[in-house]
Amino acid sequence: MQRTRFYHLHQRLGAKLVPFAGFEMPLHYRNGILAEHLAVRTRVGMFDVSHMGEFEIRGRQALDLVQYLTVNDASKLTPGKAQYSAMCTDTGGIVDDLLVYRLGEDSFMLVVNGACEQKDWQWVASHATAFDVTIENVSQQINLLAVQGPQSLATLQPLTDMDLAELAYYSFIAGELAGVPMIISRTGYTGELGFELYFRGEEPIAERVWNAIMESGAPHGIEPAGLGARDTLRLEKGYCLYGNDIDETTSPLEAGLGWITKLQKGEFIGRTALLEQKERGLERKLVGFVVESERFIPRHGYAIVQDGRIVGNVTSGSISPSLGVPIGMGYVPLALAEPGTRFEIVAGTRSSSAHVVKLPFYPPPSSASPAA
Amino acid sequence: MNIPEQLRYTADHEWIRVEGTIGWIGITDHAQSELGDIVYVDIPAGLERIERGKSFGTIEAVKTVADLYAPCTGKVLEVNPLVSSSPEIINRDCYGDGWILKVELESPAELNELMDAAAYRRHIGAPAS
Repeated sequence: MQRTRFYHLHQRLGAKLVPFAGFEMPLHYRNGILAEHLAVRTRVGMFDVSHMGEFEIRGRQALDLVQYLTVNDASKLTPGKAQYSAMCTDTGGIVDDLLVYRLGEDSFMLVVNGACEQKDWQWVASHATAFDVTIENVSQQINLLAVQGPQSLATLQPLTDMDLAELAYYSFIAGELAGVPMIISRTGYTGELGFELYFRGEEPIAERVWNAIMESGAPHGIEPAGLGARDTLRLEKGYCLYGNDIDETTSPLEAGLGWITKLQKGEFIGRTALLEQKERGLERKLVGFVVESERFIPRHGYAIVQDGRIVGNVTSGSISPSLGVPIGMGYVPLALAEPGTRFEIVAGTRSSSAHVVKLPFYPPPSSASPAA
Repeated sequence: MNIPEQLRYTADHEWIRVEGTIGWIGITDHAQSELGDIVYVDIPAGLERIERGKSFGTIEAVKTVADLYAPCTGKVLEVNPLVSSSPEIINRDCYGDGWILKVELESPAELNELMDAAAYRRHIGAPAS
């Protein structure tokens, strides 16, 4: 079992540590998932997500390789910009979802799920041989902290000369924060204003950065937050979790990721299969639903049932800490994907009715909200 | 880890406190700590009787769901209304205001099959007090 360089800090903070992606990671700290969730929605929280994998791709054909490996159009990225993307198999299944950073004209960084790091590295390496590039798996060297929440800017700004307020969503800059060189990107998995910090260094460096942020964030009510809150926060926004909502048996089109799947950008792995799927029409779709009866939380693997027949399966579920109702996502036949459609969620002898809602769950649709 | 001496425990992490033939049932500090934030306690409406070792409801926490198992056989006198309205009380006070059921024992001899505090402490691998 691996440990991140924040492991001893987590221990000292009373974290409940659980195995995740081959690492001992904090599920939550003393205040629990709900408090951490609400801290990120209303104030600011900090996550250690150093279990994520990072690959660097450099060379004359770096862009060509990234374009071939991923479904989004990386040619649209200028240095300093990042995009959400996915890698697919030949049959259009999702190898992993990831972030693509354009570090320079001929250099990129791919940020992949921790649980997929070794599989992804083999996948990238096996295709890189046909391109004039050098690739490096720097996952072990990189510490990654996510500082998320409305007070994240106020927390981080005093620690750096970089103007973070000027950093646009999905942009990044390199500079020093708390005296440590790093990449700061305005990205995250919570749907709040937030930043992700990539930096190198052993435990003393890692702890220096963590402690500086906790100190700077104290007046803003910062809390360390674990993977539990990370999961409920992303689910409220309808973001997919690899291994739960998406995997090699699901396509990005089915998963509602058509918006990152640029079928007209040129050749890439999975394009032919995805074009066919699009022309044929989807058979199923990932939807969000709200469970109607109290005291029943949908969980990964529960059945979605209509008229006594299993029509799909729950891929993610939880109580929504922000809304106070049980929410979930799952694949259903296209005919059942319209908001308002009702079905049952079944777990053994327990069941509850549920209805499809438009994603995201949070913030909830409001008739009072001004037109965008 | 809080393991009160005067209670009896099941291997499934319920406790029972007995006064005469009346018992109060809840889940242990270890159980609430493992579950994390508890958000619902689901006891079937109209539950009249529980049977030792049988499930009598479920506890939903944010990350997981767990069955509740009866430490004894008996008639249900009361379901704690507080755990329905404020289930987080179990996280805060699992041996006090966070009790779940009040029952009338049918066969108090069953209690002999339960663990005392020392045995339960060993069961969960907690250090000796």
